[in-house]
Amino acid sequence: MDATAPVRSRFKPAQLNSAVAVDLVGVHKWYGDFHVLRDIELRVGKGERIVICGPSGSGKSTMIRCINRLEEHQRGRIVVDGVELTSDVKKIDEVRRDVGMVFQHFNLFPHLTVLENLTLAPIWVRKMPKADAEEIATHYLRRVKIPEQAAKYPGQLSGGQQQRVAIARALCMSPKIMLFDEPTSALDPEMVKEVLDTMVELAQDGMTMLVVTHEMGFARQVANRIVFMDEGQIVEVNAPEPFFNNPQHERTKLFLSQILH
Amino acid sequence: MSDIATITDTRLAFVRTKPFDPLPPPIVNSGAIGWLRQNLFSSALNILLTAFCVLMIAWLGPPLVKFLIIDAVWDGASRADCIATPQRPEVGACWAFVIERLGFFTYGFYPADQRWRVDVFFVLLAFGIGWITWLDAPRRDLGMIYFFIVVPLLSFFLLVGLPVLGLPYVSTAQWGGILVTIVVAWVGIVVSLPFGVLLALGRRSRMPVVRMASVIFIEFVRGVPLITVLFMASVMLPLFVPEHLTPDKLLRALIGVALFASAYMAEVVRAGLQAIPKGQYEAAMAVGLSYWQAMRLIVLPQALKITIPNIVNTYIGLFKDTTLVFIVGIFDFLKTIEAARGDVNWAAPTTSITGYAFAAMFYFVFCYAMSRYARYVEHRLRAGDRR
Repeated sequence: MDATAPVRSRFKPAQLNSAVAVDLVGVHKWYGDFHVLRDIELRVGKGERIVICGPSGSGKSTMIRCINRLEEHQRGRIVVDGVELTSDVKKIDEVRRDVGMVFQHFNLFPHLTVLENLTLAPIWVRKMPKADAEEIATHYLRRVKIPEQAAKYPGQLSGGQQQRVAIARALCMSPKIMLFDEPTSALDPEMVKEVLDTMVELAQDGMTMLVVTHEMGFARQVANRIVFMDEGQIVEVNAPEPFFNNPQHERTKLFLSQILH
Repeated sequence: MSDIATITDTRLAFVRTKPFDPLPPPIVNSGAIGWLRQNLFSSALNILLTAFCVLMIAWLGPPLVKFLIIDAVWDGASRADCIATPQRPEVGACWAFVIERLGFFTYGFYPADQRWRVDVFFVLLAFGIGWITWLDAPRRDLGMIYFFIVVPLLSFFLLVGLPVLGLPYVSTAQWGGILVTIVVAWVGIVVSLPFGVLLALGRRSRMPVVRMASVIFIEFVRGVPLITVLFMASVMLPLFVPEHLTPDKLLRALIGVALFASAYMAEVVRAGLQAIPKGQYEAAMAVGLSYWQAMRLIVLPQALKITIPNIVNTYIGLFKDTTLVFIVGIFDFLKTIEAARGDVNWAAPTTSITGYAFAAMFYFVFCYAMSRYARYVEHRLRAGDRR
């Protein structure tokens, strides 16, 4: 804890009372009879960095996938940057344009080069001229430190490089909010760091981030708040230090005792 | 000292005066003999199969060559040239018949002075096929537009006629032979792919009406023989439509074939769509692409790429199925041969066999070319996946 404390001070404290980026109010979701999300209440401020953890099947991924409507919620309200998600396709598109997502399995487009992966959405969704889109793409590739891979296909890159391309692809749309769905779980251990470093840099720039991850070091270092979920419910929400040092719920204590050896 | 002298005596020294016998040569693995050894005689079963094939070739080959080439009649004007006479007791294939009726086999009853239009159509089409099937061709996007939009429009006016431009109207009843076969196959090929894609997407749609409509269409058409579809298009349709609105007979058959092929294509494309991981859809959605953009830019390019062999397989089936249009009175290539072989002027024992042999060669060349092309594309894609 002592080692990470000075690092945390590099981050601007989030103004929790300022504008709301994501607001989930009484959200429920069912898969058939299975109740995946139960009465989720979560308000994320602009610039805030939330880490979501919990055992598998606890609904963490489902919750952040509801935020860009990859999953539909059945009850409650989800408001993203002032736009409420309903079945209105226009609103969904509006939200998706402003919310970037990084997946566990990268989901890069294998038939396109790295550069094409990055320019696709700016060109087709933002109607940006190709040259401008390529300029932005090159900028972000440099930022994730792989500008030399632009002409390659995703299959030619390592897992860590692919995930950094995926982050750059999301950033090319200049999103206001970034969702990370277990971004390092599918990576070899030695590649986890390069991806986490990229995410830390992103956090330093003040991006609003919701990160589902089991990387507790990252959570301590970057998160403003940690959300612990179990069985579709938010069990505990707290700042990292109290969360790790003084968990309130038995379930949280059990979880932490299992993942922090 | 004398002992040493004895040992160093050259006569006693152990020096081999003759070279070793040469070692046996290694088993040849390269060159013609190596190839034969590896591929034809590698095991007892293989030797047996080789012997069987050699015997089959020896049994079938010479009579075929004798019939098709050596004893064949290459020029002549009538049946008299293809009939056995005391001077020439063995008469093979009557190629003179095919050569003399080649115009009929190619154009049907298309007016002789207008047949250049059909030739131009063949050239336009061949150019388009060459453009889009050559994977490294420049501007393949333009090639697609040319093949799927420009050629159909141009050839419609070219073949049907545009009196304004001095192209007299030619009724489709006069079309026939290879022209009709190519037109039916080509319309089937051009229409079935986009319609098949739409039906496949429709079948996977989340909108119940679209999904039900697609499923009903696909399952209905697949559950009925092509002959039935053709009959319905050609016999039943006029019963429901006023006479002056009844579409042309060839058009009706074209629609029937195109719908039939679309239903099969839909299932082929659906298989390809199912092979694309869900993550690809999600990533496309997450970056903000609309449904159609996601399909066009992300999902279909990948899905169609892996289905190319199956698409071509459907095309091969379609190409041969075009022969069924004769049943509604359309003179396709096979039907022209059927008609010509009954010609009294050419009534000779080998006329029919020659006609059918010619038809077999025609269909084989086209289908085998498609099959080889599919293999080539598959090979190329496998090379691409390795990257």
